[in-house]
Amino acid sequence: MRIGIACPYSWDVPGGVQQHIRDLAEALIEMGHEVSVIAPADEDRPLPPYVVPAGRAVPVPYNGSVARLAFGPLTANRVRRWLRDGEFDVLHAHEPAVPSLSLLACWVAAGPIVATVHTAMRKSRWLLASMPVLRSALEKIDGRIAVSEAARSTFVEHVGGDAVLIPNGVATHRYREAAPLDGWPGAGGAIGFLGRMDESRKGLSVLLRAFELLAPERPGLRLLIAGNGDADEHRDKLPERLRDRAVFLGEVSEADKVRLLHSVDVFCSPNTGGESFGIVTAEAMAAGAPIVASDIPAFRDVLRDGQAGELFATGDPADLARAAARLLDDPARRAELSLAALDAVAAYDWSVVAGNVVSVYETVVLGRATVGIAE
Amino acid sequence: MTWTIIVAAVLVLVLWSFWVSWRASRLDRLHNRVEAARAALDLALVRRASAAADLASSGQLDPATSLLLADAVGRARQAEPPERDLAESDLTRALRATLGAAGVRTELAESDPEGAAELLGAVEKASQQVFIARKFYNDLAGRTIDARRRPLARTLHLSGRARAPEFFEMDDALTHGEG
Repeated sequence: MRIGIACPYSWDVPGGVQQHIRDLAEALIEMGHEVSVIAPADEDRPLPPYVVPAGRAVPVPYNGSVARLAFGPLTANRVRRWLRDGEFDVLHAHEPAVPSLSLLACWVAAGPIVATVHTAMRKSRWLLASMPVLRSALEKIDGRIAVSEAARSTFVEHVGGDAVLIPNGVATHRYREAAPLDGWPGAGGAIGFLGRMDESRKGLSVLLRAFELLAPERPGLRLLIAGNGDADEHRDKLPERLRDRAVFLGEVSEADKVRLLHSVDVFCSPNTGGESFGIVTAEAMAAGAPIVASDIPAFRDVLRDGQAGELFATGDPADLARAAARLLDDPARRAELSLAALDAVAAYDWSVVAGNVVSVYETVVLGRATVGIAE
Repeated sequence: MTWTIIVAAVLVLVLWSFWVSWRASRLDRLHNRVEAARAALDLALVRRASAAADLASSGQLDPATSLLLADAVGRARQAEPPERDLAESDLTRALRATLGAAGVRTELAESDPEGAAELLGAVEKASQQVFIARKFYNDLAGRTIDARRRPLARTLHLSGRARAPEFFEMDDALTHGEG
């Protein structure tokens, strides 16, 4: 099939949606399909051969913060040109409810359209009612995909009706094997964390508090933490005697991230909320790391209700400490969880996920002409 | 001799009390004017939001641009006082970004010359009124604060129960070089 994918965010900025599209495009190409991705991009940077740049994204206030989005007549014309040249069998727009390329693509296209929603978005009734142009663009979507239960609500809020649940994929082969970082996990044991430290929803402070509880009985236990944020601020939350046992790596390369996942005895996902899928947790599963995670719905789902990883009461450092201690003291259980995690994450591998997406494409394309421009 | 002193003292006292009374009523007038200026600023902000909303729901702009404007308008309308200036600044930025996007004005002019001109004109006029109203308000607020701080006003509590006005700081420059 000839597949046209619309990306609403800058290609060269790291982000969940962009990574999803990148991995999906590559999995589809691997399956033999022809794929073109249109995305805002800085034309000075090198782009993969399947990406068509649509100009730069512009910083603008949206949804309570500043977003970099692509909008306006010039952008709309670029999309029209891309559609006209592409002759796609299907248009796949990501995050169509965000005021950027994907919404514009739905607006100018005529033909089979599939859209994937990545985040839960609420809009006021007034907004939807007063903007027929928004509703009609979204109502043209034939096939709806949501990456999580929470994201599904976006479709319901905006245009009514339901969506197929196809979670984010993980390129599992990239995570399976890696050499641990030098000196890790170390004789005393190690607990790992990966994520944006400064976002309280990521739950680092819960882990730090749990470490305080664990540390007295385990003199060699250390924390290995990576991700961007103010390391000093977080390190200072620990009592002085424990500070050199928490190692902050800052932002790490993809390769080092995978090595980190293989450098710990227990990987911790202490998120307190806001996760629609938990890609980091899935990556840890793909590395076969024994996992302790908060019992938010996203983790309950992906860890098969505690079968592929230990769950603890969200936000409760004492419960986290108990769960981590159980695992640290039980190598057999860790091995069991590791295998269960590898097994569970196979369902999320991109080869499987891309296949599910293609099924949706095939459903909406039945008996229809290729995608063209709406008059 | 004593009589002269007494009379002089009484005279001074009377003159002084006239003066204090004049100062008090001047302060009173300032407070009233600053309240009126604040009401005018609020009205200008509401008008601007309304003009932007009309533009957003006109269907003349692409859906992404319309949505950006509508989102900013919604937030500005719903903002409570502590966040109000931030929300209104965000509306200014959204207006700058959307109306400043390449090709917007030409496309509007081509699709519906009269309607577009009216909508755009309303937004520009309303933005200008916000700029002016805010300038006047902040100017009065500054003068009122200065007057309240004078030693006489402080010691005699001439402001009474009137609250000190706060400056309204926001980004209100539109693309035409204002501010």
